[in-house]
Order: sequence, then C-alpha cells, then structure tokens
Amino acid sequence: MLVSDWPILSLVTFLPLVGVAFILFIRGEPEVVAQNSRAVALWTALVTFLLSLLIWVNFDPSQPGFQLVEKSPWLAGLGINYYVGVDGISLWFVILSTLLTLVCIVDSWYSVEYRVKEYMIAFLLMDTLMVGVFVALDIVLFYVFFEGILIPMYLIIGVWGGPRRIYAAFKFFLYTLAGSVLFLVALIVMYLQTGTTEIPELMNARFDPSLQWWLWLAMFASFAIKVPMWPFHTWLPDAHVEAPTAGSVLLAGILLKLGGYGFVRFSLPMLPEASLAFAPLIFALSVVAVIYTSLVALAQTDMKKLIAYSSVAHMGIVTIGLFSPNALAITGGIAQMISHGFVSAALFMVVGVVYDRIHSRDIEAYGGLAERMPVYATIFMLMMLASVGLPGTSGFVGEILVIVGAFQVNAWVAALAATGMILGAAYMLYLYRRVIFGPLVKDALKSIRDMRPNEIIAFAPLVVLTLFMGIYPQFFLEPITSSVGPVLARLQPALELAMR
Amino acid sequence: MLHILLVFSPLLGSVIAGLFGRLIGARAAQLVTVALMGVSAIAAVIGLSYIGTEPFTVPLFTWAVVDGFQVEWALRVDSLSTVMMFVVAGISFLIHVYSIGYMADDPGVARFFSYLSFFTFAMLMLVTADNLIQLYFGWEGVGVASYLLIGFWYTRASACSAAIKAFVVNRVGDFGLALGLAATYFAFDSVRFDDIFAAATELAGTRLAVFGAEFDTLTLIALLLFVGAIGKSAQLPLHTWLPDAMEGPTPVSALIHAATMVTAGVFLVARFSPLFEYTPEALAVVTFIGATTAFFAASVGPTQNDIKRVIAYSTCSQLGYMFAAAGVGAYAIAIFHLFTHAFFKALLFLGAGSVIHALHHEQDMWRMGGLWRKMPITYATMWIGTLALVGFPLTAGYFSKDAIIEATWVADSAFAGYAFWLLLISAVLTAFYSGRLMFLTFHGRPRVPELAAHAHESPPVMTVPLLVLAVGALVAGFAGLSMIAPEGEFWGPAIFTRSDNEVLAAIEEVPALVKWSPTLAMALGLALAWLFYIKAPELPGRLAQAFAPLYRFLFRKWYFDELYDALFVRPAFALARALWQGFDVAVIDRFGPDGVAAATLTATRRMVRLQTGYLYHYAFAMLVGVVVLVSWYLIVVRP
Repeated sequence: MLVSDWPILSLVTFLPLVGVAFILFIRGEPEVVAQNSRAVALWTALVTFLLSLLIWVNFDPSQPGFQLVEKSPWLAGLGINYYVGVDGISLWFVILSTLLTLVCIVDSWYSVEYRVKEYMIAFLLMDTLMVGVFVALDIVLFYVFFEGILIPMYLIIGVWGGPRRIYAAFKFFLYTLAGSVLFLVALIVMYLQTGTTEIPELMNARFDPSLQWWLWLAMFASFAIKVPMWPFHTWLPDAHVEAPTAGSVLLAGILLKLGGYGFVRFSLPMLPEASLAFAPLIFALSVVAVIYTSLVALAQTDMKKLIAYSSVAHMGIVTIGLFSPNALAITGGIAQMISHGFVSAALFMVVGVVYDRIHSRDIEAYGGLAERMPVYATIFMLMMLASVGLPGTSGFVGEILVIVGAFQVNAWVAALAATGMILGAAYMLYLYRRVIFGPLVKDALKSIRDMRPNEIIAFAPLVVLTLFMGIYPQFFLEPITSSVGPVLARLQPALELAMR
Repeated sequence: MLHILLVFSPLLGSVIAGLFGRLIGARAAQLVTVALMGVSAIAAVIGLSYIGTEPFTVPLFTWAVVDGFQVEWALRVDSLSTVMMFVVAGISFLIHVYSIGYMADDPGVARFFSYLSFFTFAMLMLVTADNLIQLYFGWEGVGVASYLLIGFWYTRASACSAAIKAFVVNRVGDFGLALGLAATYFAFDSVRFDDIFAAATELAGTRLAVFGAEFDTLTLIALLLFVGAIGKSAQLPLHTWLPDAMEGPTPVSALIHAATMVTAGVFLVARFSPLFEYTPEALAVVTFIGATTAFFAASVGPTQNDIKRVIAYSTCSQLGYMFAAAGVGAYAIAIFHLFTHAFFKALLFLGAGSVIHALHHEQDMWRMGGLWRKMPITYATMWIGTLALVGFPLTAGYFSKDAIIEATWVADSAFAGYAFWLLLISAVLTAFYSGRLMFLTFHGRPRVPELAAHAHESPPVMTVPLLVLAVGALVAGFAGLSMIAPEGEFWGPAIFTRSDNEVLAAIEEVPALVKWSPTLAMALGLALAWLFYIKAPELPGRLAQAFAPLYRFLFRKWYFDELYDALFVRPAFALARALWQGFDVAVIDRFGPDGVAAATLTATRRMVRLQTGYLYHYAFAMLVGVVVLVSWYLIVVRP
C-alpha cells in the first residue's frame, strides 16, 4: 500500500484524540455511556494500532536516519517547528505504545466499572502522548509529550488505584517531575548554545566537555528516575501496587522506557564524552540494581511489588547495555526494553487476572491455581520464563546481547549483571510455585474461574510476540542496529580519545 | 530433510499434545507424540549412515546479526552429533512407549507427553547446534523441560522444591556458560563453532585481559564452559539437584539420566575438544572434578534406601567417569561410555519404574525383596542392566568403563593417577551398591509380604522397551567399539585430538594387571554385596553402628545440602529482607521522597496562609504572571 505521502505519524499520534472527542459527546444512562465509551475506545485504539503498523510497512530498515518525517511551523515566533519522524529505535516503541493501549482497553473491558468514560479518555490520551514522545524530533515538542504523560498517568493511579492511591500518585508525580525540571533546564541551555531545538541537529552538535558534564547530570536526574535506576526506584513499587492493572501495564511497558529512550536519544549522541565519562557510574548503579532489587524481589509477599522490583532489575540490564559503547550491547539494551514491554506488561496483567477475582495481591492468598486455571497457568509460565530470560523467548535476546557486549567493555560488569539470571530464576520460580503449584486448599479459590475470552484476547498478542521475538529476533534487531550506527559514530571519537 | 524431520517431529508432537491435548483427548495426544517420536527415532537410525562422512550443516534461518555477532539456526551433522541424535531420539522413543503404560491412570497424560517430547526436542537442538547461542538454547531448553517434568506432580511440595532446585542450580552452571559464550566472542569475534575451532590453534597460548587480570585465553574459556557442564551434568559442586530430581515420574528420571540433559555436559567438552586440547590446565580440572564426583557419588550410593536414589547417584558417578576420560584427552572414550551408559541406565531406571509401578509407588528397597518370581522380565532385564553397569565381561559397560580406567592409567596428565585410583575404588563401590540394589529388591524373602503379594509383572508396553534396552546393554559395547579405535576414522573432524595425544593407542598396551583391575574390582564389589545382603544380612547394620559418624556422613550425602542451605539459601533470604525493610524503606524512602514530602508539607502549611480563597486575588496573581512572561518574550526573545 502506498501511503508514503500521508502524514502517517501525525495520524497515529492524534487519532486517539478523535476518539476522546467522540467519548466526550456520549450521553445517556450510565450503563449505556460505559458500554459506548468502551466501544469507541476499542475501535479508536484498534485503528490507531493498525495505522501504526503502516509505519512499519513504509519503513526502510536499512536506513539509519529518521524517516516519514513531517515538519511544519508551529511556534513560528520562536522558530520552533512541529517536527516528527521515526528511526529504527523509536519505530518499535511507537508500535509498542499503540499495541499496549489496545491491550489495556481489552483487558479492562469488564474489570473497570467505575467512571468508565473518563477511564477510556485517560487511556486514549496516554496513547497520543506516548506515540508523540517517541515521534517528536523537536525538543519542545518532545518535552510537552514527555511531561504531558504524567498527567493522565497520575489520574489513572489517583482515581482508579488501590487504597493508598493518593500517596502513590503523589510520590510518582513529584519524583518524576523533580527530574523533569532539571531536564528542562538542560534543554534550554542546549537551545541557547546551539540556537536549534531540532533533535537531529542537536545529535550532531558539539558541546564543550565541561558543559557536557552538567547537561549530562541534569538529564541523568530525569532519566534515572524514569528508568528507574537504583536508588531512585522506590516510587515504582508503590506506584505499581496502587495503580490499576492497565495503569501498571503502561507504566511498566512504556513509561519506564522513556528513561532508556532518553539516554539513547539525548545523552549518548548529544553528550558523547560525558556519557563515556559517566559510564562507570551507570555501571555501578545498574549492577547494584540487578543484584539488590533481585534480592528484594525474593522477599516480597505482594505479587505486584515483586514484579515491580523485577522490573528495576531488568532495567538495570538495559542501562548497562546502553552505556557499553558497542553495537552489540546498545542493540541489546534496546531489545531488552522492547521485550520488557511485552513481558512485564503481561506479568502485571497476570497479577490483575487473579486480583479481579480474589481482590488480593498477597502471594499467601493463592496456591494450587493450576488445578482450576490451566490456561492461566500456562500463560503465566511462559511469561515467567520470558522474564527469567529463557532462550526462545524475547527476554533472552536483550539479556545475552548485553552480557556479551558488556563483557567486551568490562567483564566484571557483565559477570555481575549475569548473576541476575540466577536470582531472577529464584524469585520468579518461587513466586510461581506459591501461586500456581501446590494443593488447592483455600476455600476462596475453589470456585475461581479460568481466563475470560477478553483476557485471552488481551494476552494473545503479547504471548505471540514474546515467542516470535525469541525465535526470530532479527526481525526487530535489523532496524535497531542500523539506527544504533549513528549513535556509535558519535561515541567513536570520544572513545578513541579515551583509549589514547 | 532427514535431520529436520529428526529434530522437529518431537517439537510438533509436543505442540500438538500441549495445545490441543484437552481437545483431542489423552489417548490421541499420546498416539501423536509417540508416533512423531517414532518418526524421529527412525530418522536417527537412518542418520547413522552419515557416520564418518564429511560433516555438513543444514541451515534454517537467521537468528540475529549484529556486527560480527552472526547467529543462525542450523543443524550441524557430524559423527558426534549423529551418535548423540541416535542416543537421544532412540532412548527417548523407548521411554515414550514405556510411559504409555506407566502413566496410564494419570490425569495429566497429554501434558506429560508434551513435556517429554519438548525435552527431547531441546536436547536434539543442543546436540545439533552449530553455534554457541543455539547450544545455549538447547541447554536452557532441557533445563526448563526438566523443571516442568520434575515438578510434574505439582501438588506435592517436595516435587515443587526439587523442580526449583534443579532449575536454579542449573542456572548457576548456565551463568558460567553465558560468560564462556561472552568470553568466546571477545576472543574469537564469533560464536560459530567453525570459526572458533578454526582459530583455536592460533589463540593457543595467547593471553586475554579480562576481570582486571590476564588469563590464558583458551583456559579461561574452557573453564567457563566447563562450569556450565558441571551444572548440567550434576558434577561436584553443582550435583545436588540430580538426586532430588527423583521427584518426577520415573520415565522422566530415565530420560534425564540416560538420554537428555545430564549427558549434555560431556557432549559439550567433546564438542569443544579443539579448545580443551590446547589447555592442559582446564583438562586437569575436568579430570579432577570428574574423578572426585565419581568417587563421591559411588560412596553415597551404598547408604541410600530409595531405589531411584541409588540409581541417581550411580548416574552422577558414571558421569564423573566420562569427565575423567575427557580430562585425560580420551574424548572418544567418554562419548563411548555415554553411548553405552544410555542403554543400561535407561534400562535400570525403567526397570525400577516397573518395580515401583508394581508396588503402587513404593520406592524404599527395605520394603521390597523376593520380587523375582513375581516379575521375571523386569528381574532378568535389570540384572542385565546391572551387569552392564558394573562392567561384567562382554557387556556394554565392560568395554567403555574399563577403557576409561585404562586411559587414566596411561595418561600422563595432572590428576591422571589420582583419577585412576579413585575410579578403581569407585568401581568396587559401584558393583557393591548395584548388587545391593538387586539383592534387596529381588532376592531373599519379601520383607513386606502384603506389598509383594499384590506385585505383578508390568504390561508388554512397558516390558518390551525393557527387553529392547537389555539387548542394547548387551551389545552396545561391541557395536560401538569402532568409536575408540585409535585410527579415529569414526569421528573424523568431529572430535579433535592433538597429534601427540595417543591415549587411544596406548590403552591397548596396558599391563595385564591394569587391564583386569576393573574386572577384579567388580567381582570384589559384587561378592561383598552378596555377603552383606544375602549371606550375612546382620552385617550392614553392625557396620553402620560401628562407624556411625562415617555412615551418617555418607547417608547425609557429605552434608552438601545442609552446607548450601546454610551458606546460600538462608543468607540470601535474610539479606533480601534486610535490604528491603532495612534499606529501601528505612533509608531511601525516609531521607528521599518521604523526607522531602514531610519538609514540603511544613513549607506548604506556611504557604497556605497566602491562599485567601478570594477569586480576585488569584486572578491578580495570574495577571502578574502573564505580564512578566509577555515582557520577557518581548524584551529577551524579540528585541
């Protein structure tokens, strides 16, 4: 299909807003409103997702640069353009965003009954903002989306969350906002230095090394909180525990990736010298994250907290990969982010399935579910294995590439990161055993139902993608590797300087 | 095409039984998996014709290409993988057939056969790998399959624990393998076997700067890979999962011990013979670990009372023999023993399963006895398996095990002498515990008459595999003798030995005493067992009392489990709780967000006084803000 002259990125970005507009006009009985809101949201998300696949169709994976670029004057007085485009890295995050929004809407079809209309609006807004942040090629536009995401997410946690939702929502908001302010300062300084707000131009700009340090630290504050890196991670377990299932899905699936994406898009190419200079700091924090949070996960009694901590450990692998200056590790870091988008999203949905039925996240409340929920047990098993990085699942691809790549840079870092393989297996298997295996003795569980059709439909794409990426990762890696090329090229001079 | 059929039919069977088992019913799921496994086994038999021919690779598709990191899914066919495919597919097929009878009244039949076939598929992928990533895929694949099968009866707490233990302990080994993979890529710029083996000679003796020090390149890589082998092949100190793996249904034990999984480590060392040959240090470690494990497991065997556990320790011990052989450069003998061992060990496990089946899941040998009249086929075939294991002349084990002991005698590498004596002592112990097993189970009078009264021979679907394996246990030694012919034509380029490695030739000229020493050891062991358990049955108890501390030490398996529990498991959980409550909550949150929040709250209380609630106050404040912004815009941005 020839659609290359459509403004396809803008269509994907703003189509969900059309859905929002429709939902706003829905009137009538509460039941009808809820049902119609769901339907509109579903169709909007579905069409948006299908449109986002057209981005992939029209994308040339062998080209490293930005493609499907659109540029038109926006804030003309300031010389700021509406400027969007995708490369092999953002391509996948755009599709992941539209997919996960769709999955969220299907998954919460029955489980959300409170303020359905507003709920659906919030998720469609998230869709627009998430896609926007990944396609934006102008720092002002990027920043608007980057910060804008916080608002619907804050509402999702604060309105549809658990008992301590207000505390969690505030913690989430303040934490991430604190980092963002410094990021904004960095962006302004960069603009003042270069006179441009365009990301592709800034990627080729040269900043004075001493300035780079400050800029890097300012950005680090923002990205490290988003990732989250140890010790800035404590907002995450609280946010996840209180967030509704679909909120956790987007939080883990997309929002955490903004930190990693920021590192790849801003820190590495724009501040190469500082990135290399600070790499040891990143390594240290990441290694601590992998070991520390894996251990902490082992001690959790709350399923969602356990998965949340495991996310921190997995993101530790990501940051190690991103800051090891070779194609293997950086590609691996990005692959790990994509995989984590499928796997952690699915794992939070796994918790959501039983939470909807029993209303407890306490591991102790379960046991022996395999008896009554074979489909659920199977999906949980697959996602658990993907989470521990079993070859043949998506979780393995990024992990092994990062370990092999990081080994070239620093074998200790690689070895310590690889201990996550052992600890990860321990806490996930232990969790699975306590929830799924054992005899079914608890009365509350004796009549528990297996997955509903809408739940199975929501899981299906994640299951398929987890396996597909494990068996044929080249499909995902090809565009990533070509777009990692320019990033490495920017690091190269600094690398040679450091070698000397 | 043949090999694609060979490797992927079990996968197809597994997927059909796994996904549609409920739909098509247990019977159909069984039929499909067994039939497809049969296809695979037939292909493996036909595939034997490739032995000694030029190796080739069947490419499938690309896995990943990043820089020099190029990985393909592919099937590598050479003598080594052909022998392994034959063992894996052949034995696995027999176990599939046997399981029809053994698992007849289990509600999870479809699931069981699905796992069983997946297990086989993963092992086939492992042995046909042509690069380290695919090997790693099969490596972890068998790990997860064993996890699923050991924990098959998931309502039992002990089965769940054993399954987790197997997976996590294996992961420790896999950790080493992953680092070995990384180090290989670092040194060779490739993970493809052809590239690695071609460059091995060049890199011999070079140094690799990693971990802040310099290591001999090949030694480091070989040792890291060997860590993986230790985990998968249950060698010291990562052996603890294997005996616990008995929690799975008995056919699973047979599969793990004979065909899939534990042999992977030995295979890995043989596959990487081009590397190991150039690193005597790593080989010495392999010999040391192998010989020590052989002795350790053989010493524990005589004290165990669970029939399956005795056989499990015997596997552990026999794998030690294989590693000892590989460590002295006799890779061919190691694989030969792997080959013969597969037959008699599968036979012993399936025989034990037949006994357990007949006694309604009784596994304690002290509650058996006198069963030979009730189940003559099981009895006869198990004796054949036992004789093959202990190395009775002209049975399978006689050729392979004796060759190993002779190889350690002729080799002049480090620990070869150590290995010779330990393996010889282990041979006595092997014969002793094997004889003990047979005497306690089948001979004498029934110790629990009501159990024995209901015992019965198993159905043909179970006894026919026993008979086939018994034939294998008798003739596999003869049939495989060409594997250890000194000319090395059998293996071709699949197993590499340096020109100065003449172990295979030398074992044909060992002194007569050495040549007969394993046979004497066997006779001594069997005689002792006869004395202890037939002639003077009060002796064992008295000995155990007289040497109580030693007996306890052996009975508790040298206290490895207790040690690891105290050293790793408990501290990990304690540390986990301490970090979470002690650091995450008490330090980071207290001084981080919550501290800031508290401080903010104090500040806010003061700020609140500024908020009057009158709309015009706010409107005024906003107006001031707008004015400031507009002025800044006009003055600074657009002068």
